Amino acid sequence: MAERNSSRRKSNIPNYMDYTLLFIVIFLLGFGLVMVYSTSSYSANLQFDGDAAWYFRKQFWATVVGIVAMMVVANIPYHFWEQFAMLGYIVSVVLILLIIPFGTESHGAKRWLNIAGISVQPAEVAKLGMILFLASMICTMGKSIRQRKGFYTVLAVPVPIAIMLWRITSNLSSAIIVMGIAVLMLFVSCPDYKRFIILGIVTLVSAAIIVFIIVKLAESSGGTEDLGFRGGRILAWLDPEAYAIGKGFQTLQGLYAIGSGGILGKGLGNSKQKLGFIPEAQNDMIFSIICEELGLFGAIAVILMFIMLIWRFMIIANNAPDLFGALLVVGVLGHIAIQVILNIAVVTNTIPNTGISLPFISYGGTSVLFLLIEIGLVLSVARGIRLKDL
Amino acid sequence: MRETEHSHKTFHRSKTVTVLFLCLFLFMVLIGRLVYLMVFRSEYYMEKAKELHERERSIKAARGRIIDANGEILADNRTVCTISVIHNQIEDAEQVIAVLSKELGLSEDYVRKRVEKYSAIEKIKSNVDKSVGDTIRAYELAGVKVDEDYKRYYPYDSLASKVLGFTGGDNQGIIGLEVIYEEYLQGEPGMILTVTDAKGVEVPEAGEERIEPVSGKDLYISLDMNIQSYATQLAMQTMETKQAQSVSIIVMNPQNGEIKAMVNVPEFDLNHPYTLPEDLEESDPDAERKQELLNAMWRNGCINDTYEPGSTFKTVTAAAALEEGVVTVNDSFHCPGYVMVEDRRIRCHKIAGHGAENFVQATMNSCNPVFVTVGLRLGVDKYYQYFKQFGLLDKTGIDLPGEAGTIMHKKDNIGLVELATISFGQSFQITPIQLAVTVSSFINGGKRVTPHFGIRTANADGSDSQSFTYQIRENVVSAETSETMKYLLEQVVENGGGQKAYIEGYRIGGKTATSQTLPRGSGKYIASFIGFAPADDPEILALCIINHPQGTYYGGQIAAPVVRQLFENILPYLEKMDYNNRSGSSGNHF
Repeated sequence: MAERNSSRRKSNIPNYMDYTLLFIVIFLLGFGLVMVYSTSSYSANLQFDGDAAWYFRKQFWATVVGIVAMMVVANIPYHFWEQFAMLGYIVSVVLILLIIPFGTESHGAKRWLNIAGISVQPAEVAKLGMILFLASMICTMGKSIRQRKGFYTVLAVPVPIAIMLWRITSNLSSAIIVMGIAVLMLFVSCPDYKRFIILGIVTLVSAAIIVFIIVKLAESSGGTEDLGFRGGRILAWLDPEAYAIGKGFQTLQGLYAIGSGGILGKGLGNSKQKLGFIPEAQNDMIFSIICEELGLFGAIAVILMFIMLIWRFMIIANNAPDLFGALLVVGVLGHIAIQVILNIAVVTNTIPNTGISLPFISYGGTSVLFLLIEIGLVLSVARGIRLKDL
Repeated sequence: MRETEHSHKTFHRSKTVTVLFLCLFLFMVLIGRLVYLMVFRSEYYMEKAKELHERERSIKAARGRIIDANGEILADNRTVCTISVIHNQIEDAEQVIAVLSKELGLSEDYVRKRVEKYSAIEKIKSNVDKSVGDTIRAYELAGVKVDEDYKRYYPYDSLASKVLGFTGGDNQGIIGLEVIYEEYLQGEPGMILTVTDAKGVEVPEAGEERIEPVSGKDLYISLDMNIQSYATQLAMQTMETKQAQSVSIIVMNPQNGEIKAMVNVPEFDLNHPYTLPEDLEESDPDAERKQELLNAMWRNGCINDTYEPGSTFKTVTAAAALEEGVVTVNDSFHCPGYVMVEDRRIRCHKIAGHGAENFVQATMNSCNPVFVTVGLRLGVDKYYQYFKQFGLLDKTGIDLPGEAGTIMHKKDNIGLVELATISFGQSFQITPIQLAVTVSSFINGGKRVTPHFGIRTANADGSDSQSFTYQIRENVVSAETSETMKYLLEQVVENGGGQKAYIEGYRIGGKTATSQTLPRGSGKYIASFIGFAPADDPEILALCIINHPQGTYYGGQIAAPVVRQLFENILPYLEKMDYNNRSGSSGNHF
């Protein structure tokens, strides 16, 4: 078996550690902590009675725990996790279902579970579970994935999870990410392009039709009252200034921040928009404060770091000792790439507003912990690379 | 097996590379979007963000006072409040809306819209009485700001209301001198700029930018509060006893154009300029109708309205004819009670006719046929030329807004009949101030003066005084003609139709007029008298116009006595005031 061969070989060859990847991740984490402190200190100071570092401290400890978890996972051969693939899927489903009776509400959405005093987002668990489950499943399927039946089976696997995330936690962005991860993994494991091009076109066209219908409905009804939560968001996306008090508020405040940053920015710590104009600037909108404080140069530098991260993932995936490892890395790549692209697109009002955090930088303990576990997995795959393959 | 795995790997690899390039492409799109936002739209968003962050509080400048010839303050400032809300500091919006709409008497919708608007600071109402401001302050509502500033205050309420004018909500002049001298009076408002966070809390390290206000300059005017008050009393009295529609009085110095008084009764209360008098108040006027009524109430009849001057205009015909030499004071005429012009028969007011008379007597009698004859001697071209030379086609240039121009026939349309009617002051219209200035030029030696109120401006402490200069056009008529005119007009008062303006011990000149308003036969008249003293070297000129009196409507009967009473009171006063030292002994001329 290929796995046994590789694991035996590994004991002979010195352990490979992808320091480039590690450095990029640590840089992003450090930068993220600086930005979390910068964006949250003012409101934390008011909110927690002079404790300006409240958010920063929470994020710092989550990061420390995450790094420990990453190092542990990186030192466990990744095939160890293959046996838990099915379990991961089931746990995801159960955790999401548990939200219905036990979920805690925050910011008007029920998305969190309180487990032993720590609040966990089942959506983060589901993303990791989906990567593991699909990697394992695609390996088991072998060549049958190239058949129509296999193709649609893989495509159908994430659908229940995505629908549950959307309907139960009303978290459309996580649903999109789960679907996106699955499509990317499927794309890499199938030799063919045609189906994916068709799939992409169908998605784009239906999105355009939905936008068109909503705009027409708004014109005929003259209001947004009966269009619901997301309909209003689409109208606010098209003209944020017309919805400045309601749905367009956050977007518009973000645009003010981005636009007022200019080319060189106002300097670290000098953002005005973080002074409560952008609600919870340390969360999803953190990129707009990066733009305001560090300018276009800072923003592009951050994007370059993410591009380097994705480039590292690609190198590792393409040199992974086996398909399972490669697929794990592709899943993580998909997760992070989709989230970064969607986040920046939302913040710059390129697409309608949907709550999505910026990996490694936005405030959020569960998110950082699970991202670091995923990086641990990637590092573990990288360890299996024979140096002469590079 | 190995080969398959290898081929597997090949397409996996190329696919992963495709994914990388797809990501790169999307990142490039986003960078493009960022460049657009942060370079090309940067200025726009920076401006917007600045608007949001900087709370602007303007500091009103104290408006300059208006001060009369004796140093009496006619327009002053009083402390009032401006009520604003700061959106992010509001804790209980409903209470704020309820309190503000109740205390300020505003509709709930109006207040709600402003309270709920997301802005750094929003003005709700300005010029709120200090007592109301204090009441609102006492509620101690979070997010409601009460700023004190100034409001215009007029100590004499309605005195010279149509001359002084009043100011609006932002302390800007609306009518009268307040408008014309706006640039001097208004000053420059100051500003406090504070950078705030979203809750409206000031950000200490951002500092505070403060621009100090510059107070407006005081305006010193020629109007004399004492003369104005007395003239107003007389006008009120006359309006009541004659049940007239309105009475206007202009008192000016014919030598330099300084206006001592300008009365238009009924006046209105400058401290409540939007309150209509009770008899005018309709049960429920709509906004447009109310504005119409207000505009009518604010109108300054002396300069905004024109009228047919009637016989007072015979002074113009006389001056033109004397200047041209087509008549001398000793020319003799015969008045049969009418004169034929082409096929028209123009009647004299004395139906029986004045019989044989010389030009002096004709002026004393205000004989229409004689003046028609004299006008016809001048001819259309000459008459029109003098009309123009006297300045009757131009505005006087008085320092009040909205002066009306002369309504006159086009020269080509003047036939002999029109010329005849113009000669005794009918068929065209001028403003009262125009008549006063024109007659002034006949009796002051031929100077066309610019009538005015503004004398100088100065800072509140009296420093930086700047005087205004006004144009004077010399030789409108010759000195000789001017002497003759003074003689003629003095005769009118001593022995002619203006006898009721005669004051023992003073030399008074003047001319009466009675004209029927259009349409003819309406039974409505305008009675007027223009008088000046001392007749040999005039220092003061007064014009009284009574619109639509009931009963006796002859200018000589009802307007001349008004000017007499005015002169009786103000001539001794002017001597005391040293306005008149040159003619101090002219009392015993006879």
